Amino acid sequence: MERYRRGELYGIAAEFETVEDLRAAAIRLFDARYRKVHFYTPYPVKGLAGMFRGMNDWVRYLLVSPLIFIGGFVGAATGIAMQEYANLIDFPINIGGRPLNSWPAFIPITFELTILFASFGGVLAFLVLNRLPQFYHPIFNARDFERATQDRYFLCIEVEDPKFDWQKTRALLEATKAVLVEEVPW
Amino acid sequence: MSEAPLIGPSETDASITATVSHLALRKHAGIGWFAGVVFTFSLVLLLFYGIAYLFIRGVGIWGVNIPVAWGFAITNFVWWIGIGHAGTLISAILLLLHQKWRNSINRFAEAMTIFAVMCAGMMPLLHLGRPWMFYYIFPYPDTMNMWPQFRSPLVWDFFAVSTYLTVSIIFWYIGMIPDLATLRDRAPKGISKYVYGVMAFGWRGDAEHWERYEKTYLVLAGLATPLVVSVHSVVSFDFAVAQLPGWHSTIFPPYFVAGAIFSGFAMVLTIAIPLRAVFGLQALVTERHLENCAKLMLTTGLIVDYGYLNEFFLAWYGNNLYEKFHEFATATGAYWFAFWIVILCNVGVTQLLWFKPMRIKPLPLFIISILVNVGMWTERFVIVVTSLSKDWLPSSWGMFFPTVWDWVIFIGSLGLFTFLYFVFLRLFPIVPMAETRKLVHGESE
Repeated sequence: MERYRRGELYGIAAEFETVEDLRAAAIRLFDARYRKVHFYTPYPVKGLAGMFRGMNDWVRYLLVSPLIFIGGFVGAATGIAMQEYANLIDFPINIGGRPLNSWPAFIPITFELTILFASFGGVLAFLVLNRLPQFYHPIFNARDFERATQDRYFLCIEVEDPKFDWQKTRALLEATKAVLVEEVPW
Repeated sequence: MSEAPLIGPSETDASITATVSHLALRKHAGIGWFAGVVFTFSLVLLLFYGIAYLFIRGVGIWGVNIPVAWGFAITNFVWWIGIGHAGTLISAILLLLHQKWRNSINRFAEAMTIFAVMCAGMMPLLHLGRPWMFYYIFPYPDTMNMWPQFRSPLVWDFFAVSTYLTVSIIFWYIGMIPDLATLRDRAPKGISKYVYGVMAFGWRGDAEHWERYEKTYLVLAGLATPLVVSVHSVVSFDFAVAQLPGWHSTIFPPYFVAGAIFSGFAMVLTIAIPLRAVFGLQALVTERHLENCAKLMLTTGLIVDYGYLNEFFLAWYGNNLYEKFHEFATATGAYWFAFWIVILCNVGVTQLLWFKPMRIKPLPLFIISILVNVGMWTERFVIVVTSLSKDWLPSSWGMFFPTVWDWVIFIGSLGLFTFLYFVFLRLFPIVPMAETRKLVHGESE
């Protein structure tokens, strides 16, 4: 990946007052064959991300559940292996002839560890796939962007988009109901 | 069928954001909050005093002895764990069931879970004869070549409670990240902006992030749901696996889980009703929220009542002398007053919730919730103490009388819980803003 220097153009952002305006603009951008578009909304808006999702994003979206499953699987394996090892191999004690491998008694701990590790998998999936924590991102340079977590809806067309053209893209965004269109630097 | 709205009609994205973040970001929280912190912190100090004295002198300062070796500490443990369950029910199970009304109350219900589990987790440690050896229950490679007894419910309990606490914190925190970002963006420049910024992990509300966030959150909810059922089941195994009359029963797991959710909803209401009045959150925590909590309280309360009935029925039907005597002694023996408090609160008072005014008027509902809390604590006391005090042989019977130190630890834990709650109310977004914005826009889950 090429390195960017501070001050270079990251993209052109547009701010919208309502989610309907944002949706309408998204559809226009999609029809104009833009693909590197990101949306920033104060609550999860259905369908926006899916429209512009590239291969990489699809993989990252679909990886959430498998990562959690792997976590759960590791937890279950840890739980059962730990208890079997302790009771059968490391320290077998004959208590009145009771079976050493009394696996039903091992279920509760195995279950709890499954849940615990699956949750760790969930945290990991959430952080790694979203690339968080990421304290600097060029979109934070957009004016007014602090309202994206409050009551305004933003989109940003990135320079990397093959269709990106400074003049035309800007003109297209200004033709939507955006209240503010501006260049966002790195 | 038209239902009362879940959110005030005049609420918008901006108004929700302003109302909720103001509570965390304002300069002065008011004299009421300050007084609350001072009062509850003095109870925390009382708790520390009690714990210090306990560690110096040992558990002999409590009223416990043989045969009643489990006194207030285990009662408190079972009760506190149960309180937590309603929080997870609201945040996880109701999410899976598409109950949108959970959205505005899940944050403080989850906080309630975490603080309650903290109070609960402390109790078994304090109850140990040698509390500095508490780590023996953890499977670690030690020089003695010893392992914990993995077949014992007490070890299961350790795994269940620590998993429950961890998963609850994860669930609470992940759910809070977008709201912490809101606080970061609204905080004035300075230390608070910096701290919220670090806590928000650089969240920027990217639509892709939102999708993965919602997916993760949903799967975590799916994980928390069986977890919450397992935790109190495991707690009930502590009793049910023993052979004592009154404990050795297969009804215990469902009966404990229902009781846990019952007392948890009582605590949710005990917290929510003053909260919405003091902080002016009536538009976000509406009468319909109160009513739904009350309905769930009634439902789980009836399951608990069925549990009481079942115990007596099986004692009679099973025709076991000791079981029959146990039930007789519970109702008429030395601890009869505790038993009848349970019946009065959990069976009697709960029935008031059949009437709609009782479910939506804050004051009666608040009083009912307090009485249910009292009733459920007393129920745990009855379960723990009466069975131990009279087992098979009359020569081995004995009584438990709580000492002042039993009360100090119990009241201190209440103080710790409320103190943590006051801190939470001051520093965190107490209503999930992103989720209530969804309600404004009528988005489905």
